[in-house]
Amino acid sequence: MTDLPALVIVFPIFASIAVLLVGLVRPRTGWPIATLASIVQIAITGSLALRGFNGDPVQYVVGGFTVPYGIELVIDGLSATMIVLVAVVALGVLGYARTAGPRSNSFYATYLLLVAGLTGMSITGDVFNMYVFLEITGLTAYALVASGKGGRSALAALKYLLVGTFGASLFLLGIGYAYVATGTLNMADLSGQLAAVGYTSSLVQAAFGLLVVGLFVKIAVFPLHTWQPVAYAGAPDAVSGLISALVSTVSAYALIRIVFSVFTVDFLLANPFARTVLMAGAVVSIVTGSLLAVAQSEIKQLLAYSSVSQFGLIIGAIAVGNDTALTGAAIHLVGHAIMKGGLFLTAGLIGTNAGSRTVTEFEGLGKHLPIGAGSFGIIALAMVGVPPTIGFVGKWYIALGAVETQSWPLAAVILLSTLLTLAYFARLIERMYFREPAVTTSSVETTDATDAVNVATDGTGTTPSMGMWMTVVTAAVLSVVLGVVAFEYGQLLEPTIEHLLS
Amino acid sequence: MIELLNERLYYLVAFLLMGIGTYMMIDKSNLVKKVIGMNVFQSGIFLFFIVIAYVSGASPPLVTAPGPYVSPLPHVLILTAIVVGVSLTAVALGLIVRIYGEYGTLDTTVIREVSEDD
Repeated sequence: MTDLPALVIVFPIFASIAVLLVGLVRPRTGWPIATLASIVQIAITGSLALRGFNGDPVQYVVGGFTVPYGIELVIDGLSATMIVLVAVVALGVLGYARTAGPRSNSFYATYLLLVAGLTGMSITGDVFNMYVFLEITGLTAYALVASGKGGRSALAALKYLLVGTFGASLFLLGIGYAYVATGTLNMADLSGQLAAVGYTSSLVQAAFGLLVVGLFVKIAVFPLHTWQPVAYAGAPDAVSGLISALVSTVSAYALIRIVFSVFTVDFLLANPFARTVLMAGAVVSIVTGSLLAVAQSEIKQLLAYSSVSQFGLIIGAIAVGNDTALTGAAIHLVGHAIMKGGLFLTAGLIGTNAGSRTVTEFEGLGKHLPIGAGSFGIIALAMVGVPPTIGFVGKWYIALGAVETQSWPLAAVILLSTLLTLAYFARLIERMYFREPAVTTSSVETTDATDAVNVATDGTGTTPSMGMWMTVVTAAVLSVVLGVVAFEYGQLLEPTIEHLLS
Repeated sequence: MIELLNERLYYLVAFLLMGIGTYMMIDKSNLVKKVIGMNVFQSGIFLFFIVIAYVSGASPPLVTAPGPYVSPLPHVLILTAIVVGVSLTAVALGLIVRIYGEYGTLDTTVIREVSEDD
């Protein structure tokens, strides 16, 4: 089992090929194979995570080369967290997609390729390899967004493709600069060589700038977020759940890797301007993302802008760059993935069941869709950061880290962000529980609430399956339960973060 | 000045291509032209990598050629990046075919008008 680190990337790729090949013979086998593969993937990542958390990081060099020439795979606490998160969310969304999502075999094949790309990004120890996985992730995400019906999803996917490619290309250019400065691509080797070149060398600074801006596009930090609301709103429900939970998250993880494993904290200390830019990106993203979210009327767009604001918090934690804030970043990455994925899937479920896809259509949902509205309410409160949910723990650590380094503007914005998050979610919760369902057309004022509901249900047709309910309720439960264990997880992560900052 | 320009001409061209590509991606309203812009932008980056690999007076990295050699690693990286670029273009063109089928036009301004009517 020494080849397990390579297997964890290769396995989903093989499974994706298997879906296509078996699909030629028996057409309806896509879902079972994908689910089976996801379960096996959880087992593989789980056993790797156990090794990653116990003591030294797992290191593996592909193809029998030696470091720094061969491609290295490194699994420490942080990357172990990411691969387990990817595997678990992938399985959860599959449970939802069985009845809800696009059902073709090519969808499941692309889905597994996305899992492979994300896993690869999480465990690679080589910057060029990271670029390749970034593009694999991007390509499959574009294809998945386009799997929706109609012109809207195709347009959304094309916009995502153009902007995403631009970001990834800047990342590639940044790799070029780093390579010119050092002549190496291995992350561990790069960090030593970059220090030798000198952190104030303009080549190194340019490399940092290009890599960070490239990843900003992929994370969707304001003002480079424009692809995100379009893509999330244009994609089918299951796909928006999956990519909102994973793609930006793993890109943010990549940013942590680039900033702390490759450039190290000393670079940030030598270049206060770099830290200022990160801080500014964080603050602007948090505030503007929230304000734009308040202004939205379509639920999925609102959730997308909320992501822009939440990832501002992660960038803020990176800018602060002490162990408390980074622990917070790791917890919030996991928490946000569960919560935002859960919210998108719940919104999709409510949309399928009651036809409510805009803010005003959420009125009175608490009565006729208690479980859906309840899940949405719980996850929304977790997102706001009500203790003891996971959203609270992540924000708490990041705010604490900001206070420790006396970054008062950021600390203030984090507290403000809680209020802003409340501003857009309170609107929905109030509508769900404290208002009667509105009558759809003003001319028929006498129509009672149940009729309006029936009209809405007729429009969509399909009823949610067991799997959809289970995924949504599990996400709601997880967003509370994980909050309780998050502090222990923070302690478990301590050696990894220390290693990252040393 | 001229001498400096002569020395760095290849870098200049590479970055000029990136600039042209970016401009096309932003300015052109025709979707196919946007994709062409993306390709031009990427070509600029590819050429940049090839230029940094160049060692003056060296021969191509072939076993039969006499040394010293230019650095082969960036060539290999760009080979990979070209493959990525081709797949991206393929996906983009596939999407454009679908968009044309839905809207009957490739002009973004027209598409925006049509989709607002929905």
